[in-house]
Amino acid sequence: MAADAFIDVENLSVLFPLYHGSSRSLKKMVVAAASGRLGKDQQQRVVVRALSDINLHLESGVRLGLVGSNGAGKTTLLRVLAGVYEPVLGRLRVKGSLNALLDPNLGMNMELTGRENILLRGLYNGLPRSSLPRLEEDVADFAELADFIDLPVRIYSAGMVVRLGFALATAIKPQILLMDEWFLAGDAVFMDKARTRLEAMVRGADILVLSSHSTEIVRTWCSRVLWLDQGKIIADGPAEDVLDRYLGSVPQHPVAALA
Amino acid sequence: MSSAVTTIAPATELDLRADMTIATRNRWAVADIAGGLKLWRLAWALGWLDIRLRYRGSMLGPFWLTISTGVMVAALGILYSTLFKISVRDYLPFLALSQVLWGFLAALVSEACTTFTDAEGVIRSVRMPFFVFSMRALIRNIVALGHNIVVIVVVFAVFSMWPTWEALLALPGLLIWIIDGLALTLLLGAFCARFRDIQPIVNSVMQIAFFMTPVIWKPDQLGAAGIAKLPLNPFFDLLEIVRGPILGSDVMLMTWVGALLYSAALWAISWAFFVRARGRVTFWI
Repeated sequence: MAADAFIDVENLSVLFPLYHGSSRSLKKMVVAAASGRLGKDQQQRVVVRALSDINLHLESGVRLGLVGSNGAGKTTLLRVLAGVYEPVLGRLRVKGSLNALLDPNLGMNMELTGRENILLRGLYNGLPRSSLPRLEEDVADFAELADFIDLPVRIYSAGMVVRLGFALATAIKPQILLMDEWFLAGDAVFMDKARTRLEAMVRGADILVLSSHSTEIVRTWCSRVLWLDQGKIIADGPAEDVLDRYLGSVPQHPVAALA
Repeated sequence: MSSAVTTIAPATELDLRADMTIATRNRWAVADIAGGLKLWRLAWALGWLDIRLRYRGSMLGPFWLTISTGVMVAALGILYSTLFKISVRDYLPFLALSQVLWGFLAALVSEACTTFTDAEGVIRSVRMPFFVFSMRALIRNIVALGHNIVVIVVVFAVFSMWPTWEALLALPGLLIWIIDGLALTLLLGAFCARFRDIQPIVNSVMQIAFFMTPVIWKPDQLGAAGIAKLPLNPFFDLLEIVRGPILGSDVMLMTWVGALLYSAALWAISWAFFVRARGRVTFWI
């Protein structure tokens, strides 16, 4: 596998059109066009600037943490890096195999058995048939499914579903690992077990991009931190520097700050 | 060191920019279709899964499709052969075939509208060729058609009407259906993601088309002048290129010309729209 994975983001912006009410309806658009209002409508279309003028270059070996408040654009940036949202302005270049852990239950179907879900995930990832038994064994092992593997996921305990989702998501080893914060949530017993597996995966990845609210998690896993606010980069630099500035700016006790 | 994690993700290379030329957009659309075809096993699994889940917990499973189609054909067959004063023997095989084929077309057109909106969760969390979901919708409907074919076989057997070798001429027609079906899912899938009031419009268009097209009535009931005008109806052309050969009736040259022209137009429109919409669909769903 080529070792030269990289991510390059140039002047990237993502704008979300807010479709609501009449802009969702073809009939109303046609009526508006007929009465000469369409041009105006297009100009006045409400958009949300989710990411604004982002520049970022990540080489092999980078462990990047994304911090920022809710709605700062962390998840959107992960989705852009994963190629889900295509840039509305600017350019994105990505090289290297990529795995984005964004949705814990991606493509999981509660009506299917554990085994069928594992095979389906293999298909989603376009894995060759020969690697499927290996995947199945690995996931079933970690999720401790045992005899439940041939029963529908619907009857699993909540803990088993979490373990299965986690095992599936972490079964595939990428060069570029994009991870959302949900991934580090879970009860303590599970996290102990999950941590080892996740650490192995992170060590194996060339590039890690991790989004989290917890500065502790970012401090542990990341060497570089990108601070986003309202879709703009506020700071980008060594983890300690940026985190200190970030913590300095965020009220530590929101309740006290309000008072 | 990391023995637990051994499965390697397939390599990707992306170069996405906002100011793409039409040529680049075309290349991405072609790459989408090529990538989708590579994932045919996934599309196949998802298509079958849709059918299985739709009928989960029912004893007969997908054969409910067969039974409901069978009952409808039997009831309509007896009613309309009386109304039209045609013998059941002449009418029922025609109706069974027409009804099953039309059922496939109508369901495919209607479900094309939700091709992408149904897959919202997946589309928003991984980059995946949109064509996979098109293939999924098509495969799902072909599986349903496969179950309904039983009705045709039973009716043909009851009246001991066996198709001749000529029936093989239906195969090129079926190929056109597959190609058109994929175009339609790309077009309507993207268009309906943007405009949510399209699906009801599409359904009412199909309702009108059902009555305007010889599905339950026979083309020759129109008389010579009417038959000559039928190829103008795209639904008639497409239906007839498959139905005609199986019934052993001659397909007019104009019907084939119409079917090919309408298909070419459908692909041209679908492609032009998909090339522009591909990068935007994720924002719409």
